[in-house]
Amino acid sequence: MSATAEHVEHGHHDEGFVKKVLWSTDHKVIAFQYMVTGMAMGLVGAAMAYAFRMQLAWPGSEVPGFGIITPDVYNALVTNHGTIMIFWVAMPVLIAAFGNYLIPLMCGVDDMAFPRINRLSFQIFLLSAVVLMVSLFVPGGGFGGAWTAYPPLSAQELYSLTPMGSSLWLVAVALEFVAFLLGGINFVTTAMNSRAPGMKALDVPLVVWMIVIASILFMASVGPLIAGAVMLFMDQQVGTGFFDPASGGDPILWQHLFWFFGHPEVYVVLLPAIGIAGEIIPVFSRKKLFGYKTILLTAIGTGVLSFFVWAHHQFVAGIDPRMANIFTITTVLISIPIAEMVFLYIATLFGGSIRFTTPMLWALAFVAEFLIGGVTGIFLGASGSDIYFHDTYFVVAHFHYTFFPIAIIGTYAGFTYWFPKMTGRMMSERLGKVHFWGTIIPFNLTFLPLFFLGAAGQHRRIYDYSSFPELATDPLQALRVVATVALLVMLAFQVVFFWNVFKSLRSGKRAEANPWRSNTLEWTTTQTPPGHGNWDELPTCFRGPYEYSHPDRDEDYWPQNEPA
Amino acid sequence: MQKPVATTRDVMGLPTGRLAVWWVIASEIVIFGGLLASYLMHRLGHPDWASQSIVTNTWIGAFNTFVLLTSSLSAVLAHAAAEDGDGKKAAKLLLLTVLGGAVFIGVKSVEWTLEISHGYTITSHPFWSFYYTAAGLHALHVIAGCVIMLFVAADAAKGRELQRVEYIGIYWHFVDIIWIFLFPLLYIAK
Repeated sequence: MSATAEHVEHGHHDEGFVKKVLWSTDHKVIAFQYMVTGMAMGLVGAAMAYAFRMQLAWPGSEVPGFGIITPDVYNALVTNHGTIMIFWVAMPVLIAAFGNYLIPLMCGVDDMAFPRINRLSFQIFLLSAVVLMVSLFVPGGGFGGAWTAYPPLSAQELYSLTPMGSSLWLVAVALEFVAFLLGGINFVTTAMNSRAPGMKALDVPLVVWMIVIASILFMASVGPLIAGAVMLFMDQQVGTGFFDPASGGDPILWQHLFWFFGHPEVYVVLLPAIGIAGEIIPVFSRKKLFGYKTILLTAIGTGVLSFFVWAHHQFVAGIDPRMANIFTITTVLISIPIAEMVFLYIATLFGGSIRFTTPMLWALAFVAEFLIGGVTGIFLGASGSDIYFHDTYFVVAHFHYTFFPIAIIGTYAGFTYWFPKMTGRMMSERLGKVHFWGTIIPFNLTFLPLFFLGAAGQHRRIYDYSSFPELATDPLQALRVVATVALLVMLAFQVVFFWNVFKSLRSGKRAEANPWRSNTLEWTTTQTPPGHGNWDELPTCFRGPYEYSHPDRDEDYWPQNEPA
Repeated sequence: MQKPVATTRDVMGLPTGRLAVWWVIASEIVIFGGLLASYLMHRLGHPDWASQSIVTNTWIGAFNTFVLLTSSLSAVLAHAAAEDGDGKKAAKLLLLTVLGGAVFIGVKSVEWTLEISHGYTITSHPFWSFYYTAAGLHALHVIAGCVIMLFVAADAAKGRELQRVEYIGIYWHFVDIIWIFLFPLLYIAK
């Protein structure tokens, strides 16, 4: 295709609100839809955490805004908190919102390869969110069988006591999977086939690669769970016995299908967050990303390995101890590529001229906090120690130290970094830093105590510890109160974030096209924020994305679209 | 809607539509893979399921296999016609493929009716649960393929979007191949 044929059409006609906002095929609008829906669901998930943490700190007392929390409501809150935070916050924000926004802009093209499928993907996602919300208010209440939905608890009304809640929950999750399969196919084909002229595979910014690898991982791992969801749904509604030992089925089968997906899923959300940090750290160190190709290869290696670790979730499910040994080895192995990425980020920082802007603080916090999550994971990956730690708060603390850095810190890093391009306004640095410290310090105070509670033997799924003499001691209860109070402080500081967004949108400093002096293509469009079509004339790519402080140049950056 | 530049680029040297169809198939393979792997593990662990699988009618299954594989032939011929730019011929051949799919579904409904009337229902035994779930999921794919093919044929008859004849053909072959796994697993393995 000749360069002249690539002029973007500018159809300037007045479109109504519905057509422009709700029915748009523009990838940026769909990205905002995902972002807003994801953040709204994040508030729902946070409200749930508030309610059940209050119950744990002051059992049986009235929770302001919720009232008395009964055991079945407690179970539904915990279950849906987990489900929402992973499937309706981490996935839509990190993959769908950033993927939709960044892939076309970073690849130098006007839209996704399949804009209408993209719109359909969001609509199905929105439907799934509605179904999940409805499931909380049906007769019998919301599903309370944990986000892992192990049968027979999840399979039979007799045990779950939520005849409609558990099926609606399952339908919502299945719809969410469909939405992300459609979105993922779009991301992969766009990044493969629609890149700017001259952009070779190794000129693609890391975050795009990571979202693509994550989409492929998701696609390759979710299939068995979709099959499992169909089977579980049949068990619930038709009366089959796929997971019911009494009629010849096997409940452990669900665990295999679930974790064959569930473990790669961790990397599905981790990789985009690593990618976001990988964009921010070089920009604010003014240094070339150290080991771009190595990071890429380790990400692919992590992805492949992640398919061979799932049974570490099942060490106490009666699996063969020889099998447990194998899965211990693969699980401990997977920490090597992740550790390597952390070292490469530190090497990128080394000797750079570091600027501690808000996005940079978030990116560094992501690396540091995720490290704690990763290191504590080794205790759970080794079958010997996991048999003790299994289903204790040590596990809860561990995966919050992985998912919180991924879903919350990673999102804030990306959000504050791309906010100028997305909205045309700069955010307030001062409010940004208040919000940063107001989130990071209470986050650690919330989850560090949980490691100690878990090590003391506190089991996860218990509504009220006062009837367990060895767990109802004053020191342990004090730790629970510390965690809850820290959570309240952290939630309160999120108001600063929303205030910052609101204030910056109204009266923030106008952003230039490239305020961070970055190389990647999304900053090269003179439109801020980019309109329909993204560029007046689509860019051509001449080099890789991380040419900072190149010795032959006066400028310390070298945009990808600038001819040599 | 005007096509964006993104849809028309082909950096990898193959059309974006075809690339996407292959990714769709990749994601479908793992769905059926998970279901069939679960079934296989159960079959290997329960030799006694043979007492149930003996009931399935291999001849009906074989006939349906024949019908489905033959319908792929007209899908291939439709692709060839589309390559030659003959949209009308491609549309006719696609309709022939839809006919094959319809016969497949028709035979299957008769077969299931017979089995259910003999008391072999989805809840009577785990074998039958897998039988109806796996074949049912496959049948849904056959029906979806037929519906999409009707849309593609309607466009092709007017000479529009001829490249889609190939894409739906790829999908149809995939549906065939799934059946080639299902037939021995559900019918031949007694």
